Amino acid sequence: MLLIYCPYCEEERSELEFRQAGDAHIARPTNMTEMTDEDFEAFFFLRDNVKGLTFERWRHLNGCGRFFNAARDTVSDKFLTTYKAGLPRPDLSTLRPATEATVETYEATESNAK
Amino acid sequence: MADLATRTLPLSGFHGGSGAAALSVASPATRISLRAKPDAVAALSGVLGLSLPTKAKTSASSNGRYALWLGPDEWLVIDENEADLMAAVASGNVLHSATDISHRNTAIIVKGRGAAVAINGGCPQDLSLAAFPVGACSRTVLAKAEIVLLRTAEDTFRVECWRSFSPYVSTLLAEAAEDAGN
Repeated sequence: MLLIYCPYCEEERSELEFRQAGDAHIARPTNMTEMTDEDFEAFFFLRDNVKGLTFERWRHLNGCGRFFNAARDTVSDKFLTTYKAGLPRPDLSTLRPATEATVETYEATESNAK
Repeated sequence: MADLATRTLPLSGFHGGSGAAALSVASPATRISLRAKPDAVAALSGVLGLSLPTKAKTSASSNGRYALWLGPDEWLVIDENEADLMAAVASGNVLHSATDISHRNTAIIVKGRGAAVAINGGCPQDLSLAAFPVGACSRTVLAKAEIVLLRTAEDTFRVECWRSFSPYVSTLLAEAAEDAGN
């Protein structure tokens, strides 16, 4: 079971109390009535679905109920950090080594198995 | 002649558990879900007669009335003497949101040396005295149901759950209490 640090409860809680809520840092356009359909589609529907480091919104649903943001590796499921909603993206270079190194591949761990 | 409505309590007559963790139904209480911005906390604390906690996982109590921190702007207020909490917070004359949830919730008291073990049967939180001291409270999960947990003594917990979930929560706690020992 994953433990997720809630920045409002200020402690780690079980993943059972949390729900993922889509990508973080999506700026809502101010000129929505003047946008082309293509631009609106890009804002409303299109997401990157990256492999590796991603910034997501999470909600501590069965806890304090707050939304917050998390930097998470979609390959290893590792949470690099969580921070309160409204704050800018944290500087990840100071937190952990590059995310590529956290991904365990067969070649790296088992290739020289006898 | 009109018959007066009689109150039917959820879990009426329920008892169970084991020697290590005895289960009983808490007496009826009034409850409100209270939400307010920080600038209203002092006034609401004054009219409620206790200071609303502003730190995560803490609660305040006074004469059978409890205020539990649920979120940065959200509290669960319980009054075991069935006082009119809605009228109390309204008399504060400050901006807030209060919803009467007296009949939405019911509570089970888990008491005994195995009380924490019984609750941990469905709740993954650390309930050791260091992490969850007397007076600590938290909204959390008990298996598939949402509960609000309050530690009222070293060996006693109050488990608040929705009344429609109460058969599930009580049955699960009874099973877990048996596993907690005799």
